[in-house]
Amino acid sequence: MSRETRAAVLFLTPALVVLGVFFFLPVLAGFALSVTDFDLYAIGDIRNLRFIALRNYVALLRSDVFWTAFVNTLYFALAGGPLTVATSLGAALLVNAKAARLKPLFRTIYFAPVVTTLVAVGIVFRFLYHPRFGMINRMLESIGLHPVDWLSDPRFAMPAIILVAVWKNFGYNMIIFIAGLQNIPDELYEAARIDGAGEWKQFRHVTLPMLGPTFLFVGIVTAIGYLQLFAEPYVMTHGGPLNRTLSAVMLMYQEGFRWWRMGYAAAIAFLLFLAIAAATALQMKLQERR
Amino acid sequence: MKAEGRRQKAEGRTRRFLTSAFCLLPSAFILLTCSRTRDPRTPIEFWALGREGEVVAEMIPEFERRNPGVRVVLQQIPWIAAHEKLMTANVGRSTPDVAQIGNTWIAEFVTLRALDELQSLPIDRADFFPGIWATNVVDGKLYGVPWYVDTRVLFYRKDLLAAVGYPRGPKTWAEWMDCMERLRRERKSRFGILMPLNEHEHVEVLAMSAGSRFLNADGTRGAFREPAFRDAFAFYYEIFRRGLAPKVSNTQVANLYQQFAQADFAMHITGPWNVGEFRRRLPADMQDKWATAPLPARDASAPTGISMAGGASLVLFRGAKNKAAARKLIEFLSEPAQQVRFYELCGDLPARRSAWRAPALANDPHFPAFRTQLERVAPFPAVAEWEQIATTLYQHGEAAVRGATTAQDSLADLDRTTDGILEKRRWVLARSRR
Repeated sequence: MSRETRAAVLFLTPALVVLGVFFFLPVLAGFALSVTDFDLYAIGDIRNLRFIALRNYVALLRSDVFWTAFVNTLYFALAGGPLTVATSLGAALLVNAKAARLKPLFRTIYFAPVVTTLVAVGIVFRFLYHPRFGMINRMLESIGLHPVDWLSDPRFAMPAIILVAVWKNFGYNMIIFIAGLQNIPDELYEAARIDGAGEWKQFRHVTLPMLGPTFLFVGIVTAIGYLQLFAEPYVMTHGGPLNRTLSAVMLMYQEGFRWWRMGYAAAIAFLLFLAIAAATALQMKLQERR
Repeated sequence: MKAEGRRQKAEGRTRRFLTSAFCLLPSAFILLTCSRTRDPRTPIEFWALGREGEVVAEMIPEFERRNPGVRVVLQQIPWIAAHEKLMTANVGRSTPDVAQIGNTWIAEFVTLRALDELQSLPIDRADFFPGIWATNVVDGKLYGVPWYVDTRVLFYRKDLLAAVGYPRGPKTWAEWMDCMERLRRERKSRFGILMPLNEHEHVEVLAMSAGSRFLNADGTRGAFREPAFRDAFAFYYEIFRRGLAPKVSNTQVANLYQQFAQADFAMHITGPWNVGEFRRRLPADMQDKWATAPLPARDASAPTGISMAGGASLVLFRGAKNKAAARKLIEFLSEPAQQVRFYELCGDLPARRSAWRAPALANDPHFPAFRTQLERVAPFPAVAEWEQIATTLYQHGEAAVRGATTAQDSLADLDRTTDGILEKRRWVLARSRR
């Protein structure tokens, strides 16, 4: 081993050890758990533990509840993700516009929900969504629309949750978009204007392409976060009505910590991990092709 | 010059004082903690939940006075965190000596081998309600002593039910259905009864009244397609199908008491805590217009229906350090006199018949219905998986009522799901027989 290699290994060791102990080991342990039926009986007496190979996975893929949770999670990510990114971009453009006044104030206001505790947000929104006394239904009634039973109607529960998530999360992406916007050199806009491009064309052909890497980052971070939906339905609906807001992580929590079927829950975690990895890879691919 | 020197000296003194004070602070802390651990009395660690955990503190001094060598270290744990906390404590081998646990959890903790037997405790068993006592017995052995009880009875509007011919409440299911039909037909109330779809006790008490035990004899398979459960499920389904109960979950009920007072519904199946709530929250002119009655029987062959044997028990953990003293604490809290005192402190109903002779309970207009019902309560199946099965149960009820499946398919699926949940139990039982 040359001196340089030795030095490199020496410097890398702490990071590798930390990564190994806190990432690779737990992942391996999680996988090992997912091929057993570790549960209450096994906690009581370890001889009750069975190695069951991939039967947890087979049972999951055959379970209606799992597919319900999986579809709900996809619905949330596919509807909520783009909506959040679009809202963030809109807010970033507004805050960054030349005509805007009091920029720091608006930036702070839009960012405030991000740093608010999710549980508190969930409880406040539960009040806002209340079918009879909630502010949202009062507003609907005042413009002559029928009140909606937001959190108990199977059709509206997920949209209601998406709305909360968008409101809570767009501020974070907005900050990143603002940074991206400020990195676009003014000369490009000048050149575009000289070539006769209007506001829309400037946005379409200068702003959007220049924001490409930012979009990739924001898209991946949002997708990863949204596929792990948990706190909003946990606080607001407990997964109901009729399991319409049950997410994959909530199902994992219920199986693992309510029913103590740890093996089964570990299998859910692994499938979710695969889904998130696939979603990330897909976005990277799409970005490359552009 | 001189003044300057004096000032410096004074400053130095202050600084020295502050420094030594800061140095002393940790040692004072150590001294304080030492003096606490030097208490010569034997400690018993006791975990009690929620409101019960608050009021039981007032009963501890009497116990410590009677047992001078013992000191009770009381910890209050909120109900919603209790199950997880006890579970993790058990895995981490840091369980208390004595704890209050919901009596439906006992089978689960016995499966975990967390509890110690209480077989030899000198307590008059005949004085306890048999259905409640049975919740503490797993495979013939006693693992807990009932502390207080909880069950469900029928709360109803006396004035409205009297107007349709049932001043004392319906006695059988046939009368019950007729009563609800007439309430609506004669426009006495909008709905006959309120049974929120996400509360599992409604299906459960109907099934128990029809004689269902939910599972087969050794608790290894679902028995939801047997006639008893099928009849109960059909009755439940029929109430909703005829529109005699609103299809709502309890999060949609904005104000139960107001809706009851406004004759939105005339009956409700609920528990003892609501006696106090109805007194507090119903308007004054409503107070002589409501009453409680035991649940209606399936048919005239039984005096009343059968309700659930709920409540909490006191258990002794296997890892307890001072079992003798811990047993004494359980014995003390189950004495009839302490049961009455506990009722006076927080309103939880006593588990012993003799405690019910206390004037506060015997002379109350609303509690005798509970007293009658408690003689006819049944425990849920003593299997660790019960909570999970109960959740599946109400979800299937909700799906059928909301029209997502038919009642027939629902029951077949319920059996299938339950059998799946109990697969491990079958395996463990077969293994232990081998």
